[in-house]
Amino acid sequence: MDEMDRFKGTYFAECFELLGDMEVRLMALDEGNADPEDLNAIFRVVHSVKGGAGAFGFERIGAFSHILEGLLDAMREGQIAPSRQAIDLLIKATDVLTDLVRAAQSGEELAADYGADTAAALQVLAGAEQEKPPPPATEQDAQPQSPAPSAPAGDGEGAAEHQFFHIRFAPFPGMLQKANEPLLLMRELKSLGKTVAVPDLSRLPLLDELDAEEAYLSWNIDVDCPAGLDAVREVFEFVEDDCDLKIDVVAGVSLEQRSPDTASPDSRRTAATERAAPDKGAARAGVPAPAVVSTIRVDLGRVDRLVNMVGELVITQTMLAQQASRLPPDHYLALTEGIEALSQHSRELQESVMAIRAQPVKSVFARMPRLVRELSAQVGKEVRLVTAGEDTEVDKTVIEQIGDPLTHMIRNSVDHGIEPPDVRASRGKSKQGTIRLSAEHRSGRIVIEVADDGGGIDRERVLAKAVDKGLVAADAALSDEEIDNLIFMPGFSTAETVSSISGRGVGMDVVKRNIQGMGGRVYVHSAPGHGTRLSLSLPLTLAVLDGMIVAVAQENYVLPLTNIVESLRPPAHQVHSVVDGGDVLALRGDYVRLVYLHRLFGIEGAVTDPAQGLVVVVETEAGDRVGLVVDELLGQQQVVIKSLETNYRPIQGVAGATILGDGKVALILDVAGLRAMASFTTGAMKAGTDVPAESQECQR
Amino acid sequence: MSKRVLTVDDSQTIREMVSFTLKGAGFEVVEAEDGRKALDLLGSTKVDVIITDLNMPNMDGITLIKELRANPAHKFVPILMLTTESQEAKKSEGRGAGATGWIVKPFDPEKLVQVVNKVCP
Repeated sequence: MDEMDRFKGTYFAECFELLGDMEVRLMALDEGNADPEDLNAIFRVVHSVKGGAGAFGFERIGAFSHILEGLLDAMREGQIAPSRQAIDLLIKATDVLTDLVRAAQSGEELAADYGADTAAALQVLAGAEQEKPPPPATEQDAQPQSPAPSAPAGDGEGAAEHQFFHIRFAPFPGMLQKANEPLLLMRELKSLGKTVAVPDLSRLPLLDELDAEEAYLSWNIDVDCPAGLDAVREVFEFVEDDCDLKIDVVAGVSLEQRSPDTASPDSRRTAATERAAPDKGAARAGVPAPAVVSTIRVDLGRVDRLVNMVGELVITQTMLAQQASRLPPDHYLALTEGIEALSQHSRELQESVMAIRAQPVKSVFARMPRLVRELSAQVGKEVRLVTAGEDTEVDKTVIEQIGDPLTHMIRNSVDHGIEPPDVRASRGKSKQGTIRLSAEHRSGRIVIEVADDGGGIDRERVLAKAVDKGLVAADAALSDEEIDNLIFMPGFSTAETVSSISGRGVGMDVVKRNIQGMGGRVYVHSAPGHGTRLSLSLPLTLAVLDGMIVAVAQENYVLPLTNIVESLRPPAHQVHSVVDGGDVLALRGDYVRLVYLHRLFGIEGAVTDPAQGLVVVVETEAGDRVGLVVDELLGQQQVVIKSLETNYRPIQGVAGATILGDGKVALILDVAGLRAMASFTTGAMKAGTDVPAESQECQR
Repeated sequence: MSKRVLTVDDSQTIREMVSFTLKGAGFEVVEAEDGRKALDLLGSTKVDVIITDLNMPNMDGITLIKELRANPAHKFVPILMLTTESQEAKKSEGRGAGATGWIVKPFDPEKLVQVVNKVCP
């Protein structure tokens, strides 16, 4: 059934969201200091998951969440203390439950005993003597109602004899105050069968003494109900505690009586069972209520399509603006002004649409506390994670990709940065190390920092390792900062053994490559003995790029601004040819390999002499620099990135394409790819110089 | 004119299912995520029946029922609680607070419609 699938979809999405929230809250619970509101919220999560599971017949989810719910109920009532052990178990249970939901969503069959030990542990903790069986998936109360009255005599329906009922019914005011109306009850009885009701008006006072909220009337009702006694009783299901009710079977096997519970009518009227309900509002005085935010759920595909279309709009509008700029302004004033207004609106529209996809980094930050908890336990250190700026927003394309780099950085901090507790103590530091994870917007970019108060980078060790691996000359004189940056060099890692938590081959060089691939930069600051700080600077979105337009003959290319180091027109004497036939540029003591784009792309009519054209020095992800020889720079522009891969196929040296204002397609260059195409070998490269010890031919 | 039902529940899944079921039976349905939002909505919208969950953030079902019964505008609006099997104590607490009736979760769609019809004037 279509709607069922839709509801299930909503249910799964809701479950993942709720379970994610539950994990965050569990992490936040200090042992012995549980905030009652957190426990209630966690209880509600499990309650909701259980409820939905019942509705859709997900029995495993239902059964497991039932046990979990029982424990949580006891905890929020204060019967069981939320000790560290309990919280660890609850976290484990959250994982199990998430897996169960995931399995239900994908249709996968988990092992029959999956989660059984967790469930057992939960029950032990709950002291489960009142182990109620999980509620059945279907409604227990369901009573068949026969809406249409059937013919009175002998209908031969099963073994039940046809029955008439005589009902004495006297409602109390309490019944009326609960919005139950005699009229509705009569209506319902009527639907069961022929009904005759005779009111007893003996208690009715005069009009001016009448209290509208009192109950003065009672009835004697005769009902012909083929559906039987149960059906009649069910009519009064909600009101039986608030009235005098007597149902007699007039014609039938046994004479039944139904009388109200033992308490007298008067005491019923006055005693409303008012148990002091936990007034959550008052108990939390001083704590701000969560902000009321109105949201809607939108399918991600729709948002992506919208972003795409707006990108196209911006391109078209740029073209129009370009054409309009060529018109004599006096003649076409209205047109020019109109297009200018259009440009502004398009820009605003683009920003608004991009903002739709912008999400707070909270979703990425959320998994980190748990990571730190587990890692520090594994290596026997005490570390806590402090986060700031979780509400800082960035495009989802960025969010999707920063998870891994951040994880690695935090792992490094725990593994190498923070010292073991005894070492810290001997240094006069607190035994527990702190890692601070923060995010903020700074001049149009997002800056994310991972800072620890550990021992800082061990510069001696780093330098020794770099020399060992041939990354620097043994006698090279490097500044502290340069030594720190050695950790980003490809193939660098100070881990003696491949530690199980940092993984194989994962180093800061990979992180840097990742970040640069996103158009970002990484910086490291280290103070020996005090700590290390890694800063990532990222663009707010990966769909739009700040680029420099360069011209090679009549072709235009786009270079990502983040890759550009500098551009210059070199004096002829600084251009040297080297042994293998290539050219290098002498630049402040370094040599930068030159790559002639017109050669690489086979373009006729370009400027071939670097001293006549321009050299744009760019830095690849690996930190190597090349100088691209172009004709001229045309200007800086924000361009919308169009994928070449999805529309054509991947091409080495090209990261994507865009449409410039003149309507022509311009390729966005991939600097690392260009460098590779120019046939460098990296084996014997030394930091700081780009002259290869040996290399193959480079096109001249 | 069709009758309007307000469904109050912090679970979107439940709200959607109640909404769908009742709309299919010819009711108009409005939704609220918790007791507080329900009260806000009732400030500007008249409804004929209210169905509320008991466990909700910001204002739970019991408190909502009490608030409604204390307000002349809503004193006599039929209120149905959504309860689970194991919530006997909650159920009687709800009755004490003034609930008209209850529906057990997980609910059978037909039963839901039947109960709403039962209490809807």
